Amino acid sequence: MSKPINIVVCGSLVPDPLQTLEPVQTPQGPGLKNEQMLPSVLDPWAACALYEAANLAKQRTGSKVYLVALGPKAKLQQLMMTVAQKAPFTLVAVNAPAGGFTDAKETAAELAKAIKTIPGLDLASTLLFGGCASASRDAGVTLQFVAETLGITESFTAVDELKLADDDSFTVLERIEGGQYLSSTCAGFPAAVGWATGNLPEPPNNPQVGMMNMRGVMPALMKAAVANVGVGGIAYEKTEVPSAKRDTVVKKDMSAEDIAKELVDWIKA
Amino acid sequence: MTIKAFMVEGNGAFAQDVPAFAEAVKGSGADLILVPGNSRAKRSMPAAALRAGAEIDTNVVDVVIDGDKATVQRWAYRQRILTTFTRAAKPWVVVTDPSLFGEICAKLGATPEALAPAAAQTSRTTVNGVVAAGNGGASTIKPDAKLLFVAGAGWTKKQADGATHLEDAAATITGFISKAGASLGSSKSLVDMPEAAAAFSFMSHMNQVGQTGSTPRHAKGLSTCCHGEEPHVVGWRFVNERRAVNLDANCGWAQGKADVLYVADAFEVMKKVNELLG
Repeated sequence: MSKPINIVVCGSLVPDPLQTLEPVQTPQGPGLKNEQMLPSVLDPWAACALYEAANLAKQRTGSKVYLVALGPKAKLQQLMMTVAQKAPFTLVAVNAPAGGFTDAKETAAELAKAIKTIPGLDLASTLLFGGCASASRDAGVTLQFVAETLGITESFTAVDELKLADDDSFTVLERIEGGQYLSSTCAGFPAAVGWATGNLPEPPNNPQVGMMNMRGVMPALMKAAVANVGVGGIAYEKTEVPSAKRDTVVKKDMSAEDIAKELVDWIKA
Repeated sequence: MTIKAFMVEGNGAFAQDVPAFAEAVKGSGADLILVPGNSRAKRSMPAAALRAGAEIDTNVVDVVIDGDKATVQRWAYRQRILTTFTRAAKPWVVVTDPSLFGEICAKLGATPEALAPAAAQTSRTTVNGVVAAGNGGASTIKPDAKLLFVAGAGWTKKQADGATHLEDAAATITGFISKAGASLGSSKSLVDMPEAAAAFSFMSHMNQVGQTGSTPRHAKGLSTCCHGEEPHVVGWRFVNERRAVNLDANCGWAQGKADVLYVADAFEVMKKVNELLG
């Protein structure tokens, strides 16, 4: 009979992708204009990791999913109002700045520290999940840093599929160049898995799951440790939004034949 | 400033690559180490740099050296904010955008060397091999193609006769990418659509371009049946010449995101294009 597993998902908030982002200078380094007011979402690839974790946990009775989130406490609380309805998890919160300009090494060190403090967590029977890159820093290094810090020697990046066998071995498909996957089999836990999109749709909101999660979320936020995460050793010289606006020519009254001819000429040019 | 460039090729397992990469970083004696950001480097180089006591930055698009100071450029927030910065700490591993590695090495006068093969390491991971994404056989993702062809969710909508024509749409799309030698991209809404999964089996989330997809580099991009919303268009950052075919004259492409927007039925237009391409 297969054993319960622990899945620790590292994931935090990023600005809603529909928002306009404007860099500004702050005393702590670069930031975003009105950053505290910007609506946030759970980092998209980390969200995929959370849904995949919840799906895997369902397959093993007694399994637990932990969401380790580093971000400003007030914003995490807002975020949890929606995320908590998506999947059952235990929140481990770290109260610290999160964004595209902070240093991944400092973030990873705090995440690893928080994971080590999870009561009763046996790393030997744990899968460490996260997004393959964030939608803020977009470096794709944090999960590997956490794995290295925790002594996890097996790690996979940009994973779209994980098939778990009863003996705890699992096979993953990692995205590689040219629209292909690298298939690998890992003999067992622990391992780190940086998810790409995966194969699961976003779960619908489930208020019952939300209520169950919120019982743990509020105390977790109350006792969230304050961490000192900043730009680390990075000395920013410039942060800018290069102008990308084009003078679009809108052609409304052309026949399909004429458009096709123009497109073929353009393609062949 | 001493600069070293390493080639990272093929596939490997994290447990075996990390010690080898860390050894190469430590043993290089270089202040700045350039590595191309392919899947193998992205998987293992971050942990290797940490193990070697080095700093690391990824997705770098430019490096400028001025005496003992190196300054790099990389995008944050998925190609929305361009950052320029330096680090005092050394060694510094700079993982470049893979398509810019050669150019950056040439600019800095660094000749890439192959990484020494890894000493035998114990690993619980067995690499089984490479498999194609999707069920369509030939890969629709062609990084070296001049043209990116993006299909949006409009291909699955009801047409003038009140019915959807998914198979017809699939044949038109695959016909075009085959005749034009184009790489196929998709909007998130199309690859997320369960009803499109069977008819568009040649396409997967790997084809997705944008905020939660890829940011390919092709000289030209043609978008069809896609609204050109910002989360999708951030994936077009490095596509220089852009055209779109859409029925909505006020879609995102018309708002300064494409060079030319044809307000027309993409089904009709692309069939004609396929005829002309023979």
